Amino acid sequence: MSAVLAHPAFALLVGAALVAVLRGRARAAVALVAPLAALALVLRTGDGVHATWTFAGASLAPFAADPLSRLFGIIFAIMAFGGALFGLNQPRRAEMPAALLYAGAALGVAFAGDLVTVFLFWELMAVGSTLVIWSVATPEAWRASLRYLMVHLAGGTLLLLGVAAHYAATGSLAFSAFDPASAGYWLILAGFLVNAGAPPLSAWVADAYPEASFSGTVFLSAFTTKIAVYALLRGFPGEPLLIGVGLFMVFYGIVYALLENDMRRILAYSIVNQVGFMVTGVGIGTAMALNGTAAHAFTHILYKGLLLMSAGAVLHATGRRKCNELGGLFRSMPVTTLCGIVGALAISSFPLTSGFVSKSMISQAAGDEHLPWVWLALAAASAGVFLHAGIKFPWFVFFQKDSGLRPPDPPLNMRLAMILFAALCIGLGVWYEPLYALLPFPTDYVPYTGWHVVGQLQLLLFSGLAFFALLPLLKRTPTITLDVDWLWRRALPAVAGAVERAWRALAGAWREGSRGIADGAAASVHRTHGPDGILARTWSVRSMGLWMLVLLLCLLLIGFLA
Amino acid sequence: MKPHWLDRPGAARRVWLAFAAVLAGSVLAQLFVDVEPHYPAEGWFAMPALFGFVACAAMVVFAKLLGVFLKRRDDHYDDGGAQ
Repeated sequence: MSAVLAHPAFALLVGAALVAVLRGRARAAVALVAPLAALALVLRTGDGVHATWTFAGASLAPFAADPLSRLFGIIFAIMAFGGALFGLNQPRRAEMPAALLYAGAALGVAFAGDLVTVFLFWELMAVGSTLVIWSVATPEAWRASLRYLMVHLAGGTLLLLGVAAHYAATGSLAFSAFDPASAGYWLILAGFLVNAGAPPLSAWVADAYPEASFSGTVFLSAFTTKIAVYALLRGFPGEPLLIGVGLFMVFYGIVYALLENDMRRILAYSIVNQVGFMVTGVGIGTAMALNGTAAHAFTHILYKGLLLMSAGAVLHATGRRKCNELGGLFRSMPVTTLCGIVGALAISSFPLTSGFVSKSMISQAAGDEHLPWVWLALAAASAGVFLHAGIKFPWFVFFQKDSGLRPPDPPLNMRLAMILFAALCIGLGVWYEPLYALLPFPTDYVPYTGWHVVGQLQLLLFSGLAFFALLPLLKRTPTITLDVDWLWRRALPAVAGAVERAWRALAGAWREGSRGIADGAAASVHRTHGPDGILARTWSVRSMGLWMLVLLLCLLLIGFLA
Repeated sequence: MKPHWLDRPGAARRVWLAFAAVLAGSVLAQLFVDVEPHYPAEGWFAMPALFGFVACAAMVVFAKLLGVFLKRRDDHYDDGGAQ
């Protein structure tokens, strides 16, 4: 029982239950205190297994901790606090409990020592995140949530099958690095990758997240994809396939974000892009790469949360999310603009921001491992991040043309949440040692060398020049870009419709045909057995006698001839 | 109401000049630091700047080309089709 009370997820799950029933200030207080309590519990959790349980003959460790789980636990708790602070004035009452349930489930995965516990909290995360989208209660959100749920249930099924195969082959349910030769390896990997937004199912991220509320998307951006990164870090370090998968995600995110018009979908594509860096890092698999991946997940949660808060503040104030309907908001929303710019600089890895001290470790690892093409691709991708998120988002939302909109900055709690996360983005960029001390492997990496800073500034600033030089090509149009989800949004329904129509036509033809046969048979019976039918009409005794005589003569003849 | 300093006449020109100065500064700064590239070509003068510009231009052009095939009106999925 004491292990349950000490589990960081417990604070958030209890908080979710209380927030669901409380009202007013008590509700707000619980929403803010629960994440802080979870953070305190994370910080006091020592390494090792803290609870064991035997289930169906298998030994489970539902509560275990090490530096990696602690790192993710800390950032999940901070994110839950920031998201709760930002979302305090969300009118949809169902969102906050759903979000805290979701965050609690993420902590449950981070502190799970066995695969059964991982799976259970994994599914609870899918439920919590779907409820966050449902709470918006619009038809678009409803349909997007169903597509989201479909993808995640499929991913969960892959994971469950993989866990079952792994247990059957090894007799172990421990959550540690998997052996590539073991049964279930690829199924579990596929299950984790679905949540990471990996190809071919990357589309769910940009499809579902922007349909949540102005505050719901802030929560959604943090947990699902990052828990997948955590699971990959623990289960699949050094899997070479992940380098290719990660690089694909990096460029997919950039290209789709460049084409996108909806500001929150730009940021959603950007999540896939950033998680791509992390997946690549897991694939490289050295201590430097894994440290870089873990650090980047930590910093990414902060700056992406911040970017989506600033986008959420704009949506909250204007009700608009399309870039071609926005612009010029810097005049009346200075705090939101400034915080959005800080988030944009951090995601672009500008020196003195958090992204600089984390992403450069992944590039460093590619260089150290003599992977020149990977290193080159990551450098190009770094330039592309500034292009698609670092400049494009703030430029089209806060600057470009004057849309004539003059909304004020959002309420105090939303401003405070943005300022807190902006301060963390800059604070970690300047004072990075505490973050490095939390990483899973000891490191003496020094991000700030003269050449690293100058090279990075050149790369980013000239990417900015390219953006403005090519601005006519980047003009916003009210369009979307088709993705793999076209298959289940259009092609599959079209095929199903065609099959249904063919079936109906076939059934109609069958009905017509069988009716013709039946009618023919009925007419024939009627002809012979009807009132005037030859077999049913009344015969005279004389003719009967005659026919009997003919019949007997025939029999006699047959008998004679035989 | 006093116009925002970015709305005053000549502000855009001043911002561009400042940006140009920062661009030039970032390139010239290479002369004053120990160049420690992962690969020799990375350390050539202004190489990161050139690479950043060319890589971004390539990505924008590629995105534009892809958009020719994949862009649709944003109500593409709203016309009553099964979703």
